Amino acid sequence: MENSRRRFLKNAGFSVLGVGAGSMLIGLSAHTAKAAGPDGGQRPQFSMGDKAMEAERWGMVVDTRKLNDSLCRKMQEACHSIHNVPEPVGESARRDQIIKWIWPTEFKHAFPGQEVEFLAEDVAHRPIVVLCNHCDNPPCVQACPTKATFKRERDGIVMMDFHRCIGCRFCMAACPFGSRSFNFRDPRPDIEDENPDFPTRMRGVVEKCNFCAERLAVGKKPACVEASDGALTFGDLNDPDSDVRKLLAEQYAIRRKPNLGTFPSVFYIV
Amino acid sequence: MLEKALRGSKKYWTWLLALAVLIAIGFFFYLRQLYTGLGITGMSRDVTWGFYIAQFTFLVGVAASAVMLVLPYYLHDYKTFGKITVIGEFLAVSSVLMCMLFIIVDLGQPMRLLNVIFYPTPNSMLFWDMIVLNGYLFLNIVIGWNVLDAERNGVAPEKWIKPLIYISIPWAVSIHTVTAFLYCGLPGRGFWLTAILAPRFLASAFAAGPAFLILLAFIIRKFTSFDAGTKAIQALAKIVTYAVIANLFFFLCEVFVAAYSQIPEHTAHLEYLFFGLHGHGALVPWMWTSIALVVAAIILLVIPQARQNETTLGFACVFVFVGIWIDKGLGMISGGFVPNPLHEITEYVPTVPEILITIGVYAVGFLVLTVLYKVVTGVKEELAG
Amino acid sequence: MNDKNKIIAGLVIFFLAVLFPFWFNLIFGAADASTAPETELTDKAKKAETCIAETEDMRTEHMQILDQWRDTVVRDGQRTYVAEDGKEYEPSLSNTCMDCHSNKEKFCDRCHNYASVDPYCWDCHTYPEETE
Repeated sequence: MENSRRRFLKNAGFSVLGVGAGSMLIGLSAHTAKAAGPDGGQRPQFSMGDKAMEAERWGMVVDTRKLNDSLCRKMQEACHSIHNVPEPVGESARRDQIIKWIWPTEFKHAFPGQEVEFLAEDVAHRPIVVLCNHCDNPPCVQACPTKATFKRERDGIVMMDFHRCIGCRFCMAACPFGSRSFNFRDPRPDIEDENPDFPTRMRGVVEKCNFCAERLAVGKKPACVEASDGALTFGDLNDPDSDVRKLLAEQYAIRRKPNLGTFPSVFYIV
Repeated sequence: MLEKALRGSKKYWTWLLALAVLIAIGFFFYLRQLYTGLGITGMSRDVTWGFYIAQFTFLVGVAASAVMLVLPYYLHDYKTFGKITVIGEFLAVSSVLMCMLFIIVDLGQPMRLLNVIFYPTPNSMLFWDMIVLNGYLFLNIVIGWNVLDAERNGVAPEKWIKPLIYISIPWAVSIHTVTAFLYCGLPGRGFWLTAILAPRFLASAFAAGPAFLILLAFIIRKFTSFDAGTKAIQALAKIVTYAVIANLFFFLCEVFVAAYSQIPEHTAHLEYLFFGLHGHGALVPWMWTSIALVVAAIILLVIPQARQNETTLGFACVFVFVGIWIDKGLGMISGGFVPNPLHEITEYVPTVPEILITIGVYAVGFLVLTVLYKVVTGVKEELAG
Repeated sequence: MNDKNKIIAGLVIFFLAVLFPFWFNLIFGAADASTAPETELTDKAKKAETCIAETEDMRTEHMQILDQWRDTVVRDGQRTYVAEDGKEYEPSLSNTCMDCHSNKEKFCDRCHNYASVDPYCWDCHTYPEETE
């Protein structure tokens, strides 16, 4: 009795498994057959488009001497408004859960560990804009368990795929620059003027500066660069004739936390 | 064997009911968190991991500590532990289960959890953590259940169990090592950036886990006729003693490196935890309590008379468990985030919903633990009777 | 076998539970489920006559196409799509699809509601009625 029941359960179990696996295989093969595209005719194709700006490694040089409070506000406003970055207002807003793509800070916060004693008052307190460094060796990409954040091999931009992010925030722990923000709540109610050309995010995903990949694709420079009155220079770091390389050849520039080996693509002239 | 868990005293059912209520409360707040987002927790842009991940870290240690029973019994033929290895393995099962739940409640988009499998990323430590945790859960439930079943039927365990048992020993070490690697491989987080983090995690695990096992053995003895035996408890007590001393030693090594080198990235976090930084010091009293508890426990444990006296041993075990819980469950994670990479200070304090969700997850763990232990003690009583 | 009645009762409950979606729809949902909803086309969509692929393919494949679009745009940065008939499109849900099919409620939602699917596109991407 005991034995036959056990045998029955075993057989039943294997049958269910077999039927399940079989139907799954059939479903899968049907799926791949369809996804290969309708037969005949030219396959649909993707391309970069004619207007796209391309580079081997996009980079930015920030001339901190040209920065002031109102200019920084203008750049932040330009970036945050086109990217639908929420700006929570009111008393119940949690300022510690805010989202920032680009923001001004002071020298000692932008460059901790590189503090210079007896720094000129003007340098110590001038606003310095910080943003994602689009590191050549990004620790956030290494940490992400789903490749939701990744470095585009084409042009070195470190991107976020909001569709894939599971919100584990490992990338935020890994980023040594505090450049990443998490959507602690639905951002939409806090977006005043939604830009319909750019998606918003949903709660529970991480976001950050994308070097305006969507603008580069249509031949426009990043919004902050356009708003910067010449304080920010943008270009291809691998091209010796680019504006950024020319500037770097003329001026002494530093990067944030160079000792960590992440090789930021954003440079600062102090 | 599961039928043993279906018959119990009034106390047993009351306890399960109480746990179920806590689970329901936790679940209610979890649903709220799911719909409104992690904004209802105390976490912030700067402190992005809080109570959940800290509990996860602590419980991985409790889970790994089962190896402290398995290893002496199977590798050194230390027969005294034979009776209670299954107690350790089932503690591991419920702890790993809690670990997984804590990861899930911490996710911003839990529905996309399977992306970790759809897009496997071996360079992410979280990918490996998923593998080792699931593997460890599987190993312990299979081994524990089969060995107990064999014991009940008066036969030797199935042959294929042996290799699994041997695998489970390094596997236990791996779960806490990988958990330490989550933190210690991150550039720019000076508090965790230390090669000794994994050994330190293991030492604290092998102190807190067996200390908890001793307390569980006392509880089981009080409510059932199953007795782990003085000899086994005393052997565990020695393990706790060595491990808690090793843990303190590792910690002092950390303090020395930070304090003597005086590199700000390393000192800042310890300074924040133990003295407060720029006027912020929410964790200062907690951290000193932790130190005091661990030191008091060491004093009680190294004195043979105190260790052999079950009352003082009980106190020592509570001190060890609570002391290490504060260290790993409160200080270790948020301490690494304060100050932030820009050397700004945002403090972290868990919110009420966050604590209730945490308690709910713990209640799930204790529910599973209670049911599994009911089966164990039922079988043991059946064999004795 | 003394438990015959219990077993039979158990089986009945089991099957009732397993077949819940079927009998529930038979009894309560019959009217709605029997007729598939018709989608409405805007004037602009009617004038264009063809979408980026045959209507039949769009009906069955639009989710895969959108999936491919989003991966190619987000991950490869390729923002131009050449359809089978050689026409170029911007692979964008909000800017291309919703430009013609600006009537989300009568175009997208009708079928999605009928099929009881709840795509989370609109959590982030805008549609015309919403932005107006």
